[in-house]
Amino acid sequence: MTGKTRVAPALLLAIAAMAACGKKPETAPAPEPPPVNQDSIDAARARADSIARAEAARRDSIARAQAEADRIRAEHQAALATLTAPIYFEYDSDALSSEASASLDAKLGILNANPDARIRIAGNTDERGSDEYNLALGQRRAAQAKRYLTQRGIADSRIDIISYGEERPAADGHDESAWSQNRRDEFEISGGGQQLKAAR
Amino acid sequence: MLAFVAVSANAQDTTGQRGVRIGLTYSPGTKPGVVVLPVSGVGGDSLQAIIARDLDFGDRIEVIDGSQVQQPASGAATPSYAIWKSMGAAALVQVTLTPSFARVAVHDVTAKKVAQSRDFPLAADVGSASWRMDVHGISDEVERWVTGVRGVAGTRILYVRGGRVYVVDSDGFGEHAITSSGTAMAPAWHPDGHHIAYSVLGSNGWNIEVLDLANRGSRAVTATSGGLNTTPAFSPDGQWLVYAHGGENGTDIYAVPAFTGGAARRVTLGRGTDNVSPTFSPDGRRIAFTSGRSGHPEVYTADFDGANMELLTPFNFGDQNYRSNPDWSPDGRSIVFQSQLDGLFQIMTINLRDRSIKQLTSEGANEDPSWAPDGRHVVFTSSRTGVKQLFVLDTESGRARQLTHGSGSRLSAWSRYLDRAP
Repeated sequence: MTGKTRVAPALLLAIAAMAACGKKPETAPAPEPPPVNQDSIDAARARADSIARAEAARRDSIARAQAEADRIRAEHQAALATLTAPIYFEYDSDALSSEASASLDAKLGILNANPDARIRIAGNTDERGSDEYNLALGQRRAAQAKRYLTQRGIADSRIDIISYGEERPAADGHDESAWSQNRRDEFEISGGGQQLKAAR
Repeated sequence: MLAFVAVSANAQDTTGQRGVRIGLTYSPGTKPGVVVLPVSGVGGDSLQAIIARDLDFGDRIEVIDGSQVQQPASGAATPSYAIWKSMGAAALVQVTLTPSFARVAVHDVTAKKVAQSRDFPLAADVGSASWRMDVHGISDEVERWVTGVRGVAGTRILYVRGGRVYVVDSDGFGEHAITSSGTAMAPAWHPDGHHIAYSVLGSNGWNIEVLDLANRGSRAVTATSGGLNTTPAFSPDGQWLVYAHGGENGTDIYAVPAFTGGAARRVTLGRGTDNVSPTFSPDGRRIAFTSGRSGHPEVYTADFDGANMELLTPFNFGDQNYRSNPDWSPDGRSIVFQSQLDGLFQIMTINLRDRSIKQLTSEGANEDPSWAPDGRHVVFTSSRTGVKQLFVLDTESGRARQLTHGSGSRLSAWSRYLDRAP
């Protein structure tokens, strides 16, 4: 920003000089060309070079800033993907599989690196059990994931839980391929976390 | 005063003490034939049709179509008993409309005289919800006169469709939504018939609301706000509301005063398991509920204070069967519930005296049973048509009829008697 304001006056001078050179009123007799002043040509060149250098530096800094923004965005996206990846359960169970525990361990790293981020865990079930009992089963699944995280140091106040039972299936269909996708905890950011950092 | 034919022990009517039988011919396994005579006046045709259908839906009476018989105008002359008797009729229902009431007479065809007669209130606006309910009240009393057991036409059924609580008359008419939007579940009747409770999804979880049907005013139950609050049930005296509350350590059943508010009292000690869907015994002393404490859902009973808990539904250790959603019968003798067979729920009853189990359904998946006040009919959710619909089943004969036609209807709850009849 400061580079741009320094460059501008020099640029205006150069343009003014070139415009003055090119101006030739038709009615007036051609005036004697002014004596060539090598010093002024060199000065103009030097100014033009400095403008180009400043412009290049500006482009570099924009590119660097862009790259940094891209990196931050990618880091956020990766962290968000890790944090919000669903975990899956067996039928009528809230037990954490090794895959689910690994997913929660990864979330733990993200939560530790981003102390302002808060999350909501939503427990879900497949369609097979009782609609009413499944609300409680979903609640137990969400509580199980929360307990895993709070027992490893995440503040209780940073995680709230809700159950949707079998009311919000992720996959339609009435077979195991749909059911296995629906027996899940979903994770979403409920506060903070606009720019997540990777786990340290 | 009437020719009384003794009813043998295995006759369908096993509750003769409850009503006053007028002693019509009633053989074991045979339903008495009844003709509903044409009714003159505004709305007379509808009234006749509704009463005939109600008596048919009651499953205790054989409704005989008398439309082909030449009849004198209603109330104008003595019926020709001989003709009706030849058609198999044991009784005739004769309704005479006046501007302010309906005079209802039941004729005993064998004795050739009026056996019962009474005037019933009848709303002036023919076809309105209250007029229909008044007609259902007539049907229920006629059924009591003829069979000794009051009918259940004057009742309504709550259920959930598309996240809203709906109500429908027992004959499938008058269906309308009660809650406006959002996601509601598990509606339940207060015994006064004027209030309901249900669970509704909010930003902080599921909460119980009690709604006054007259003014649609609702009140949140805040004793355990947040987390999971669902499956409300009122005690038979209407004083208590029990429901399932879940936080981060399982779901247990709690009790709060139904209307005065106050602290919640914990009823079950599930130790991290799920305990839901409570239902009261008719005397209010015990509850039945679904619990996962054995590792999978089964039905248990306990005292209202949580003591003396016992497993009700038998299971083999280690099996993966699933039994849930109990509803205690109004006569206190049995509990209806759902049990998974080959991956599908079926409706079953368990006799509380000898623990014998009777399977009531086998077609499609069948869930969430709720007793009618007669302790004979059950409403439940069935997938037999391809989508979830409510069906009414006569547990004696096995006859079923479809109650709703809007797809995705479920979680039904049958009211107590709502009509104006005694």
